[in-house]
Amino acid sequence: MSTQLANSIDAGGYNFAYLDEQTKRMIRRGLLKAVAIPGYQVPFGGREMPLPYGWGTGGMQVTATVIGQDDTLKVIDQGADDTTNAVSIRRFFARTAGVKTTEVTTEASVIQTRHRIPETPLQAGQILVYQVPIPDPLRFIEPREVETRTMHALQEYGVMHVKLYEDIARHGHIATTYAYPVKVNDHYVMDPSPIPKFDNPKMDDSPALQLFGAGREKRIYAVPPFTRVRSLDFEDHPFEIQRWDESCEFCGATESFLDEVITNDQGGRIYVCSDTDYCRQRQHTTPKKQEAYP
Amino acid sequence: MIQAAQALPEEATPLLQVQGVRKLYAPGKGVDGVDFDLYPGEVLGIVGESGSGKTTLLGCLSGALMPDEGRVLYRNRDDRELDLYNIPESDRRSLLRTEWGVVHQHARDGLRMGVSAGANIGERLMAVGCRHYGQLREAGESWLREVEIDPARINDTPRTFSGGMQQRLQIARNLVTSPRLVFMDEPTGGLDVSVQARLLDLLRNLVMDLGLAVVLVTHDLAVARLLSHRLMVMKQGKVVEHGLTDQVLDDPRHPYTQLLVSSVLGN
Repeated sequence: MSTQLANSIDAGGYNFAYLDEQTKRMIRRGLLKAVAIPGYQVPFGGREMPLPYGWGTGGMQVTATVIGQDDTLKVIDQGADDTTNAVSIRRFFARTAGVKTTEVTTEASVIQTRHRIPETPLQAGQILVYQVPIPDPLRFIEPREVETRTMHALQEYGVMHVKLYEDIARHGHIATTYAYPVKVNDHYVMDPSPIPKFDNPKMDDSPALQLFGAGREKRIYAVPPFTRVRSLDFEDHPFEIQRWDESCEFCGATESFLDEVITNDQGGRIYVCSDTDYCRQRQHTTPKKQEAYP
Repeated sequence: MIQAAQALPEEATPLLQVQGVRKLYAPGKGVDGVDFDLYPGEVLGIVGESGSGKTTLLGCLSGALMPDEGRVLYRNRDDRELDLYNIPESDRRSLLRTEWGVVHQHARDGLRMGVSAGANIGERLMAVGCRHYGQLREAGESWLREVEIDPARINDTPRTFSGGMQQRLQIARNLVTSPRLVFMDEPTGGLDVSVQARLLDLLRNLVMDLGLAVVLVTHDLAVARLLSHRLMVMKQGKVVEHGLTDQVLDDPRHPYTQLLVSSVLGN
């Protein structure tokens, strides 16, 4: 506590990691409950954060609550460490908590993310914090909160398949590509925040602790380590992840999630890994692919 | 009358027993002590003027409105007697998805307007655990055909359907899990006469083919005469007359029923 106090003086009068200790206690109680009931949405008293809703206020409150002085923080936005959201949240915690930051997945003990799970497999002891816009997967079909809570409690999840049915009826295949609903520990259906369905299999039986924070909706939920996470599907239309015919322009990866980047007005485009750290590690270890810029 | 008598075998056990159900919003407003038994395969019509408590009674029977007093007992497929308001909520809700159906007066109350007709029909099947797209599709097409909607419209949303088609889709959506008991609240309300006639014809055939028990609320005596075996006449929350449909309509005893029968246009 005394070192934390010293830190807070360094941080210009703010408490360690911005939030006051009572708020952290409240959120920790919520987190404990969330971990005890995997996939269940726990309401919490969300605080105002010094950035707008939709920019990761939920994730930041969870990170602020679980982070300690010895932790190393990594923040990613769309897989990248160098985008605005990632840079500003990382700097925020560097200033208010004075913790070490890193861009290397294996060195981080707490990783706050928006949209992606790192390609490098997570290890036991790591915490992955997700920023969540709409926590309830039933919301799109049932607007009443009382009703969705009852549906969760009684496991009335037939309507989740109605959405998948509509996808197949319209597109011939399940066209949901992100925020793909999963069933956690054979009970609660959970929205895994807007990660691509490519990352869904990484959640299953992961050795890392996964925490989800929704700031505007004021909900926390969690997937404890080594928990079964199954993506919903139909028997004759099984769950599938995205595949690309191309490989990464920089590191040549064929197994990672690729972003399409437009390079000029003549229709030139390249594909690059969305996970910048993974791409960089590979560039160090594997020979670079042919330079192909026009 | 003979037909109705056949539907009531002497020793059959009742499917639904209603005992002293009371749900009052104000004195004389709501349902004030109603008892009756409903047997398998029987169609019971409930008639009465607006505000006589018909819809409230239907709500109490179908698990939507908890009565202030009284019991609703239902004998399920496994021949177990369930006290509707004394069983866990999960059981009551699963009953509504499997053995029961509710057809609302306004189709948009009973349909999901934002998803296709096929998904509307398949929803109950998915709710009871069907996870095979091909089977859902087949069930959707065959039920659309059953209720005389072109199966080619399986991917259209109910928004693009006419009122009569929406009502038929709602019926198909309820019947897909082959329920034993269906509650209908003015199923022909708001439809023009020719559409009404077709819908009634369809309903009568379905009820006979599937051996459904139906509680039918209506203010239209013609609908009641066509569909129901037995009739209950309600006034100010109380049942004033009760008997076989032909008997009640041809030889009304209670002054209110006499008024009701004599005030039918063109009768």
